[in-house]
This record gives sequence, C-alpha cells and structure tokens, in this order.
Amino acid sequence: MSAPLLSVRDLHTRFRLRGGLFRRSASWLYAVNGVSFDLMRGETLGLVGESGCGKSTTARTIVGLCRAASGSARLGDVELTRLSRRRWLPVRRRIQMIFQDPYASLDPRQTVGSILAEPLRIHGLATRREVKLRAMALLDAVGLNPRHIYRYPHEFSGGQRQRIGIARALALEPELIICDEPVSALDVSIQAQILNLLKDLQTRFRLSYILISHDLSVVRHLCDRVAVMYLGKIVETAPRQTLFAEAAHPYTRALLSAVPIPDPTLEAKRRRIVLAGDVPSPAAPPPGCPFHPRCPERARVAGDRCALEAPLLAARAAGGAHACACHLSETTD
Amino acid sequence: MSAAPDPLVRWSIGAADAERLLAEAAKVRGESLWSDAWRRLRRNRVAWWCLLFLAAFTLTSVLAPLLPIPSPVQIELNALLLPPAPPWQEFGGRGFTTEAFWDLGAVDRGMLGLRQWIFGDWQTGHWLGTDAKGRDVLARVIWGSRTSILVALAAALCSLLIGVTYGATSGYLGGRADNLMMRIVDVLYSVPFIFVVIFLITIVNEYRRTLQDYYGINREVVFYVVIGAIYWLTMARVVRGQVLSLKNSEFIEAARVIGASTRRIIFLHLVPNVLSIVIVYLTLTIPAVMLFEAFLSFLGLGIEPPKVSWGLLAVDGVEAVSPLYVQWWLVFFPAAAMGGTLLALNFLGDGLRDALDPRLRGKD
Repeated sequence: MSAPLLSVRDLHTRFRLRGGLFRRSASWLYAVNGVSFDLMRGETLGLVGESGCGKSTTARTIVGLCRAASGSARLGDVELTRLSRRRWLPVRRRIQMIFQDPYASLDPRQTVGSILAEPLRIHGLATRREVKLRAMALLDAVGLNPRHIYRYPHEFSGGQRQRIGIARALALEPELIICDEPVSALDVSIQAQILNLLKDLQTRFRLSYILISHDLSVVRHLCDRVAVMYLGKIVETAPRQTLFAEAAHPYTRALLSAVPIPDPTLEAKRRRIVLAGDVPSPAAPPPGCPFHPRCPERARVAGDRCALEAPLLAARAAGGAHACACHLSETTD
Repeated sequence: MSAAPDPLVRWSIGAADAERLLAEAAKVRGESLWSDAWRRLRRNRVAWWCLLFLAAFTLTSVLAPLLPIPSPVQIELNALLLPPAPPWQEFGGRGFTTEAFWDLGAVDRGMLGLRQWIFGDWQTGHWLGTDAKGRDVLARVIWGSRTSILVALAAALCSLLIGVTYGATSGYLGGRADNLMMRIVDVLYSVPFIFVVIFLITIVNEYRRTLQDYYGINREVVFYVVIGAIYWLTMARVVRGQVLSLKNSEFIEAARVIGASTRRIIFLHLVPNVLSIVIVYLTLTIPAVMLFEAFLSFLGLGIEPPKVSWGLLAVDGVEAVSPLYVQWWLVFFPAAAMGGTLLALNFLGDGLRDALDPRLRGKD
C-alpha cells in the first residue's frame, strides 16, 4: 500500500474557557482529544458524529484555523500542526476547505469573480488577464454560468452559493478538500446535486475528501471509509459497507438506528436504540470510555472496566480496516 | 488527466472549453464596486443634489478670495448693523480694500491680486447685512466656512485613516494586542481635551516666536492636531466593535484558508464590510467637529480674530442679540449656512451608504 496523503496522529485541540476577568485558573474544553486516521489519495473519508463531538474542530485544526495542542497531522511529508504562517502559504495550494454555511462563507461585498480571483492573486497563479478567464473556467467547472462573475453572492441561491464555495476551493487546484458539512445548510433537493458535483469533481481532478457530516445518508452516498467520532475521539472506523452492515461500536449502532427509513412499514418494524441522557460536556469528559454513561450495552462488560479504562481504537481483525474502540469488541475478537 | 497545453488551463479544462470561455469572457464586462456606487448615487436624487450643494459650497469657500465680495474684516463705521439688502436694491459699489486682512498664504494673496485685477475695487452690496462693526455678513460667512471645512476635513481624514485602520487592526488581532490598543484609546479618551487645548495654546503663545518662526506651528495647527487626535477615537471603537462581530464569520476563515495575509483580510474583507457604518458615523462626526470648532472659537481657544470662523460668527451673533433690536441676520445666516451643510452631509451619507451596499443593487 502506498503512503497516505494525510495522516493524523493523536491530535489534540483544546480551548480555554474563560472565567472572570481576573480569574487566572483556566479550565479547558477538550474539543479534539486524540484523533488518529489516515487518508489515502483519491479516497473520501467521512467524519460523522453528533454536534459538538469535535468533527469540525478536527478539520479546522488540520487546515490551521485552530492551533493543535499536541499530536501531528502530516500532509505527505509536511507537518501541518507546527507550520509558521509563511510556511503555510505553499501548503494552502494542496489543502482547501469548503464551508458549511453558503450564506456566510462568501464576502458580501465582493463579486463572484473577485472571490474566485483572490486565491489566484495571493498565490500568483495567474496574470491579470488570465484571472478573469480562470474565474470563468472555475464557475463552469462547478456548473454555474461563467457569465456570472460580476454578480454578487446575494444574487444566488443557497445551492449556487455552495457551488461558488466549491469553485473557490478548487481555484488552487488542491489535492485534498475538507468539506465541513457541505450540504447540511441546503435543501434536500439541492443536497443531492451538490453531492453529485463533489463526486464528479473528485473523479475529474483526482481529489481526496474529508467529508464532515452528521447525516449518515450523505456519508453513505459519498464516502469510501467512515470514522465515527464521539466526544473528541474516534470510536469506530470502517469501510463504508462494513460500517453500515456490521457496526461494532454501540454508539455507531445507535446512530445507524436513528437514520430514518423512507418506507413506513419497515420504519415501523425496526428497533430503535434510544440513548439516554445528553452528550457529556467536553470540558469535563467522563473517565474511562467517553461513551460509558450512555452506553446501552455496558452491562455486558464485566465489572467497572468501562468507567475505569479507556478502550483503544483497535483493529477488529488483524490487518483489517475495521477498527473499534470498545471493550466489547476486543472480547468478541 | 491530460492537461491541455494552453497556459490558461492548468487543470483539465479542455481546450474546446477554453475557447468557448474566451468567447464568453469577451462578452461580459463588469463594473467595479465604486463605479457602480457612483452610478447609483447619481440616481438617488436627494443625495446627488446634496453632493452638488456641498461641492459648490466647498468651491465657494476655496475660491473666496476670488469672489467680488467685500472684505470680511473691513470695518465700515457708517454701515453698522445694516439689515440685509437684496441684490435688486443695492447691487454693489466701490470700496474694496485688502488693508485689514490678516497674513494670508501665498495662494490666497495671489487670488486676491487676481480678484483686484478683474474686479478692481468693486464689491457686492451688503446682501446679508452687516454686523456691529459694519463688516459684511455674506463675506464673513463665506470666509468663515473655510475654517469649518478645513476642520471637518482634518477630523474626517483622521477618523478614516487612523480610526478605521486602528480599530480594524485591534479588533482582528484580538487578545493581548486588542487589549493594549483599546486601553490606549481609553487613556486618550479620558484626557479632558479642553484642558489640553488650553495648555497647548498657552505653550504656543509663550514660545510664539520660536515655534512659529522655526517650525511654522501656530495656534491653528495645534487646533487641527488636537481635533484630529480626538475624533479618531470613537471611530476606532465603532470599527473595532463591528470587526469583532465579523472576524469569526466563515468568509474571513475562508480567506485565511486560501492564504490571505492579515493586511489583506483587514483592508479587503473587513473594512469594506464595515464601510456603511463608517460612513454613517462619519456623517455624524463632521457636524460634531464643526460644532466643536465653533465651541472652542466661542471660548476664545480656536480661531483668533481678525480671522473668521462660524464659531466666531456665532459669538458675534450672541453679542448682538438684544431685547430692543432684533438683529436676526447676524444669527440666521451663519446658522443657516452651518445647518444646510450639516443637513446635506447627512443626506449624502445616507445615499453613499445605500450606494455602496451591493445588496441594494437593482432595488432603487
């Protein structure tokens, strides 16, 4: 197997929680708490989990919008977590990001043309004359009318705006695009179009994606591999088919059982796993397995092991792609 | 992926596509934010007339020495407190002299010379009346506007250049830098500027010779410096507040992800987005500055007689108010000039804000 494009090892990101004005003792919020994964070239990795589990922060840490507290994220042979601002600049051409809210991610005072021209200008990728043409080509590539470069973002619909966001990410011809909930702000009818566009662009430009979503059907549509996050940790990672067919972690199973089935008779028949309680605060994560206070299958593990010992993310079969962080899954192996 | 040899299409956009796009590119022509704003400002009738009014007013005040108006400082003892006489009653006559003028700059002296060469000693009549010393009110209002406009310009420039840059930088950097920069503003805020003005002017009076002869610093320079120093503070705070609310929005993060520098983010993304508030605030600042000038001159700290300013005209007006004779023209015309200017500025600011907001495009 070739070397991974992006390899993240034991990544931690934390935020300081402010007390009062003069209170010195700061508490920390552990948003990303030891995340590790590999992303192969041309692959799409889905990062799923409920809101607040740290999937967006993971992405933001990788692209340098947040500072990593420890751990590493290597793109090829470049260590991303310790890059200075100037060293980041050339790396920006290799890794780009698509944002969640198409209404907030485009500067309302700039025309679409100058939004698309900005990355080209910053990186000196096009001369003055070329810029206009490149911007038009980008709009064309994402399925918008290239004549619209002089329009302002507010003149477009949500789906069109998201296409502009995608075009901006494409402008630098990156190898990796991190999509942070690219469709969750959109209409369901538009979601499919955007997902298909992402898929087309992937084959056309040989892109790799990290797709962040809380919507498992989106992940199922696009991803090759899925990592499930809970409270700043990856609890299970598996190829798409395996995950949807034989999820090993109780949390993944609960997530999968919450996906609505569009057939009412089937929907009525199937068994839902309803989790008790809320996600614990990432400022004070529970000891042991982060999921243990809500785990429906905790009784199956002997003694207090879940509350005392954090399970490691371990491959279920030797050399297998399916890994799970659960004491149960270790014993069944 | 076979890349086309065309340098314009590094990625896999086919050569045929490129040709089609080139043809398209020739067809579309865009408009910059500014030319578009200009076009829409012209369509806003009120704002456009206000702009014309202000332009005419500024031109009049700049060209004041060229106009065939009486001298603003010439005392006529046989024409004290004359009520306004419209042009059709008394159009004009002879009698213009440059005797009583203060030291004018070279440009103004040149213009005065040109005026005398064109009009001789002919001057208009006292269309707006005369004051208690027989000086022409019209001439004094026009000459007085020079000070007010200069002060307003100084404050507006300071607000725009220092205030906006300072506030946006402080807000965007955040953390310790923000804290330090804003505390500096707080400290400057807490200084009672009236005392600073009095203090500085005392110094200037004391060392008048050295300062004025060697460095060219006189009372007016001090006056403008102090006004400039005060009026960017609030602008910095306003802009910082706006930037704080904008800097975490996704389009700023997007700009960081594509590698935009801090300077680029501040001046190309943040400042254009706070521009509407800046303009509104500026149209509030300029009147405040004009009033501040009037206030200081009224106290005797600003412009010194025989020079004129709107503030000094207000002093004259107040002195002329008496229960026996109502010399309304002494108060009315300076007040009308000031009020008209401020009103026009407000309307213009409103129109500019609308014109600069692309979201309102096509809705006017």
